[in-house]
Amino acid sequence: MNDQPRDADDPIQPSQQQHVGGSPDAGQAPAVVHAPEAAEVQVAAPAAPIDDRTVVEEDPWGSAFRRIMGGNLVMAALAILTSLVVGGILIAATDERVQETSGYFFARPGDMLGAVWSAVAGAYSALFQGAVLNFAAADRGFVFLIKPLTDTLNFATPLIAAGLGVALAFRVGLFNIGGRGQMLWAAAAAAWVGFSFQLPPVLHVLVAIAVGIAAGAVWAGIAGALKAYTGAHEVISTIMLNFVAFWFITWMLRTQGLLQNPGSNNPISPPMPPSAILPSIFGPPFVLHWGFVLSVAAVVVCSWLINRSSLGFQFRAVGYNPSAALNAGMNVKRLTVYAMLISGAFMGLAGAQQVTGAVTTGFTAGIDAGIGFDAITVALLGGSTPWGTFFAGLLFGAFKAGGFRMQAAEGVPVDIILVVQSFIVLFIAAPPLVRAMFGLPQPGRKSRRQRRDEATLAAMAERKGEQA
Amino acid sequence: MTTQQPIESPAASAQAIELERAVVKHWKAPISFAVLTLVALVLFIVVARDGSTTLRLSSVGDFIALPNAVLPARPTGIVVVVLLAALTALSLWAAATARRLGAWLPVAFGILFVLGFLVWAGAGSMIPVPGLLFATVGLSVPLIFGAMGGVLSERAGVVNIAIEAQLLGGAFTGAVVASATGVTLLGVLAAMVASVLVSMVLAVFAIRYFVEQVIVGVVLNVLVTGLTNFLYSSMLTDNPELNSPDRLPRIPIPGIETIPILGPALFEHTVIVYAMFIIVPLIAWGLYKTTWGLRLRSIGEHPLAADTVGINVNRLRFWNVSLAGAVAGLGGAYFTLDTTGAFTREMTAGLGYIALAAVIFGQWNPIKATAAALLFGFASALQQTLGAIGSPVPSEFMLMLPYLITLLAVAGFIGQSRPPAASGKPYIKQ
Amino acid sequence: MSAPHPTLELRGITKRFGALVANDHIDLDVRAGEIHCLLGENGAGKSTLMNVLYGLYRAEEGEILLDGEPQRFAGPGDAMRAGIGMVHQHFMLIPVFTVAENVLLGHEKALGGLAGAREKVREISQRFGFHVDPDAKIEDLPVGVQQRVEIIKALSQDAKVLVFDEPTAVLTPQETDELMAIMQQLRDEGTAIVFITHKLREVRAIADRITVIRLGKVVGQASPESSTTELASMMVGRAVELTVHKNPPVLTDNALRVEHLTVLDAVGQKVVNDVSFTVRGGEVLCIAGVQGNGQTELTEAILGLQHRATGSIDLNGNELLGDSVRDVLDAGVGFVPEDRKVDGLVGEFSIAENLMLDRYHGAPFVRAGTLDRGARERFATEKLGSFDIRAQGIESKVGTLSGGNQQKVVLARELGRPLSLLVASQPTRGLDVGSIEFVHSQIIASRDAGIPVIVVSTELDEVVGLADRIAVMYRGAIVGIVPADTSRDILGLMMAGERVADGPSTTPSKGAAA
Repeated sequence: MNDQPRDADDPIQPSQQQHVGGSPDAGQAPAVVHAPEAAEVQVAAPAAPIDDRTVVEEDPWGSAFRRIMGGNLVMAALAILTSLVVGGILIAATDERVQETSGYFFARPGDMLGAVWSAVAGAYSALFQGAVLNFAAADRGFVFLIKPLTDTLNFATPLIAAGLGVALAFRVGLFNIGGRGQMLWAAAAAAWVGFSFQLPPVLHVLVAIAVGIAAGAVWAGIAGALKAYTGAHEVISTIMLNFVAFWFITWMLRTQGLLQNPGSNNPISPPMPPSAILPSIFGPPFVLHWGFVLSVAAVVVCSWLINRSSLGFQFRAVGYNPSAALNAGMNVKRLTVYAMLISGAFMGLAGAQQVTGAVTTGFTAGIDAGIGFDAITVALLGGSTPWGTFFAGLLFGAFKAGGFRMQAAEGVPVDIILVVQSFIVLFIAAPPLVRAMFGLPQPGRKSRRQRRDEATLAAMAERKGEQA
Repeated sequence: MTTQQPIESPAASAQAIELERAVVKHWKAPISFAVLTLVALVLFIVVARDGSTTLRLSSVGDFIALPNAVLPARPTGIVVVVLLAALTALSLWAAATARRLGAWLPVAFGILFVLGFLVWAGAGSMIPVPGLLFATVGLSVPLIFGAMGGVLSERAGVVNIAIEAQLLGGAFTGAVVASATGVTLLGVLAAMVASVLVSMVLAVFAIRYFVEQVIVGVVLNVLVTGLTNFLYSSMLTDNPELNSPDRLPRIPIPGIETIPILGPALFEHTVIVYAMFIIVPLIAWGLYKTTWGLRLRSIGEHPLAADTVGINVNRLRFWNVSLAGAVAGLGGAYFTLDTTGAFTREMTAGLGYIALAAVIFGQWNPIKATAAALLFGFASALQQTLGAIGSPVPSEFMLMLPYLITLLAVAGFIGQSRPPAASGKPYIKQ
Repeated sequence: MSAPHPTLELRGITKRFGALVANDHIDLDVRAGEIHCLLGENGAGKSTLMNVLYGLYRAEEGEILLDGEPQRFAGPGDAMRAGIGMVHQHFMLIPVFTVAENVLLGHEKALGGLAGAREKVREISQRFGFHVDPDAKIEDLPVGVQQRVEIIKALSQDAKVLVFDEPTAVLTPQETDELMAIMQQLRDEGTAIVFITHKLREVRAIADRITVIRLGKVVGQASPESSTTELASMMVGRAVELTVHKNPPVLTDNALRVEHLTVLDAVGQKVVNDVSFTVRGGEVLCIAGVQGNGQTELTEAILGLQHRATGSIDLNGNELLGDSVRDVLDAGVGFVPEDRKVDGLVGEFSIAENLMLDRYHGAPFVRAGTLDRGARERFATEKLGSFDIRAQGIESKVGTLSGGNQQKVVLARELGRPLSLLVASQPTRGLDVGSIEFVHSQIIASRDAGIPVIVVSTELDEVVGLADRIAVMYRGAIVGIVPADTSRDILGLMMAGERVADGPSTTPSKGAAA
């Protein structure tokens, strides 16, 4: 049962329509036998145009305000806030000082509250300093003050690319959980091009990345083809393909002549030659490499693709209603494969960025670093829009950058970041829960103005019924 | 239209409409068999290995000591390939004449193939069959519990991708509680509670907030991974006494444990495993023969219909998903309280996903899912055994096997998978 | 058997969806041993009222009384326990369960397990001559029998009040007669029956009393002796033309020729079985038949959606069979699908996007792979006016529109490009009378523009009103093609599969003697 009244019970329907087309001269009636093969059917305009059609101007400011307040931005902010609070509780609960002072909480509550404050504030200020501005290093110059910001962009680079992969698939109604496998194949392919060939500097790294993108696309394309032509659910097949890729790459990494570094006994590939490495944008000490620019370019491409292109129009149609898309002549199966290919290509970009930018000293089967799964949270937080994914990627990049500093400086395990991220997504996914927690008005989703408009519409429909 | 004369014989329209049928031929099965036969041909004959394989059938303490079976690798391979080819031909013939053969054919094919593979891979060495089977049961236990959790949850209409989270949460909590209290059984109970909590989060988000269930599942897996990693690093590494539970004792069942081959494999385990022997048939019986099962299946197939006969769909879903968590939690406890005796980071290592694979490969049926889990457990046990004797196949390929089989299954090459109709769909009431 | 109180009484029931008042202070009462018809057109609020009665919806105001006792239903379980049984329009049966399991579900204790349920099914089945096997799986049963299972389900709970919600939509005329006989039998045994329908003919045949509702309000009582026109104008609120105005057909040499078309389903059943017919430009061929006799598959085969099809579909010398949907649309086929929400529209898309849904390649809406929003807006604005689509604007989401306006979007799109064939499947299903008239006029305008038109409908009134010729389908085959003036009795027999002596019009009647 839907929460909307069923079609058949919708009393808003216009109850009276001008009766048209009944008159003999309605439409062209070719009396001759040789009619054109295709006739443009003339739509007889309503005999007496009904001018009481309801056109209610929307108040642009009011609606924008409502969108912001009721909608995604505030929800996102509240979800992030709540999740940080949950993270803070965990940090405090596992802090030794807090545990000690809790023993005599009722004797001297101040001690414990102080310990809580210092644990949480210490952790989060380390997080901030590791992710945005490092005040402690400010005296060493501007470069060191803002270096954390560039680290954030650095961590965000693959998150954005992979997030786009998930977001694009989402828009087509597909759930690509296969980021891990796709990134592994992309990394392997890009690395292979990197250490096996000798090409001029810029070209080399571009070719490596292009091959990586292709590899990611193909691996995702398998899941797409399985979905399109056998009906295998992509959630299951991408999960399974992750493991297949993992074991296959592991095997290649420990096999001489395939991916293993010659002379090494460890499952690790040879290091990348300098020509196949994405250079730093600002030079040392900044690690931020040109991969970030590629990610931004990917956002622009993805945005055009989804919102402005014919392919994107078809993608969205398939995502919302595949059977209507089918009836409109779209090749849903082929579009499914395309969507997975493109989704995998973005994943592949992330994987290639890992070996050409982040880890250039030889990669292992852990090269994906959980980014394939992080990408899901990034895309969800970003509302599956390209620019939303971009900003969500920045945020989670900041968490990562800051998380490592937090671990080093405050001894808070970096895994707390995963917890905070998961909570963010859970809260984002359930706005009513967040609204309930903050005592915000539960949806109705409709403003008073909208309700009034609807009431007017209903009343008009009724009046017209009455008249006849 | 007249109604004065009620027509007396509604029987005419009560007969099922039989439309004319054309012959539809299904080629997927024979194609799969042919491909596998080809693989067998290459492995067992083209790159055949010399020597004989000794299958050790008895173990110390059996009341009858079976002799070892010595099979020469090359001739055995030839015989197996010929038989496989015959079965393929049979299935081809069945497809061409649109006949249906029973389930015995794929089963026989599978057993033959495995036997051929064993003999080929073990050429020149001895394979201890009882040990292999014991390991199979052991490695299958968490898969089976996880799969039962998956079956119950999905039959009730909630997709359970979070089996991994349930296992991991159970393993962690079980270890900590058993260590802290010193009572291992309390640890088992705590593992179930932890897993139920994971399930309840899944249920609340899926049922109350209509969140896409796959997303909740995936996020829960990440969340529990992060949470256990965090707590492990921040608590357990500095306090090892919180991570050293007493393991459950092995309780051989007197008498039947000495049955050759099966005795040691099945009847020298801990209470968790024996619980599994009871729970699986119990679920299978309950699902199809009791009121609970009837209602459970109805809310997973057509929740609105269930609602119209007065069943509270969402409440029933919530409790059954929670129950599924309790079952999966036993699988979690198995990791820390039966096999290893300590929690380690991400120790479930993706087994939750194999359990999910078993649910699908087992067509959402408890018995079939258990069989699938045993098959996957057998693949890992075989990989371990072959690793010990020096396998001709890279272990990674053996480890890939469950995933590849599941891929083929969801693609429809093995069996048909038809999930419960309303699985994954929230039931939204006005 | 007149009791002091009516068996069921509804007083002042009001149900709102947001600002919409779906039921506005509705009063209704039913006595034991009578059939009370609730008559209203689509969208009048009948189903909402019954869902309130059955505890699926909660009403904002009003009360429900059984035998004079006020009731509070928290859910269908309460309603059922109180003695209200419902035969739902969309059967509430679990397809993978057996008949007995479906009857058992929810009443496991009361029926005493599966054995008890089987016994109950046999007993009721025997009492009413149903011939239902308790161990048959629902998904293997034809719809007529499934409906009987619904009735058995309700009777197994000793219902005092039985509600039939649009029960005849899926039945042949003969099955409808049988159902009415059953309803009369139930009435005679003392059951109070509420019969919800919009079909005037059925109301007049069986009702003891009639209550008419319109736009959520009771507009009055009517006697079963009222004429069809009286009932119709009461239901719609104005005088209604029950006939479609059209001129005699002027045939052109454009034609769709379907020859020996056979469509198989996944398990090899011939859902369309050796179908041949020709539709000439300038005429409407209506395909009549009970739902599920191959009409859907036939239209889908024309559109290129059926892959297991053999035979020939020739449009003006152009073979369509084997073409992709894209190619078929490009050949000038306009298609109005039978379920517009599922197959015709993307609810989350705007009106403008839906109006270009099947024109996503090349001019006028796409240039160099990029959408031309300007062209889209101009087109949509024009269509919004010419088709009188009532919405806030072209950016309104189609999912928020009423059924009638949604169907206008579909029509505006399909008629908005040059057509050489129009296929309309159940084009007026679920629409109010005003929208029905609009849709009919558009279909006739297309026919008068000289293209072949196929209309699939299960409503005999619509078939008779629109058709120049009628093809009746039964179990995948065409039973016969007859002139539009064929009597309803004969059409009814044909819909039940009786081959009537072939009329003269297997070929189009030339010029229709104008």
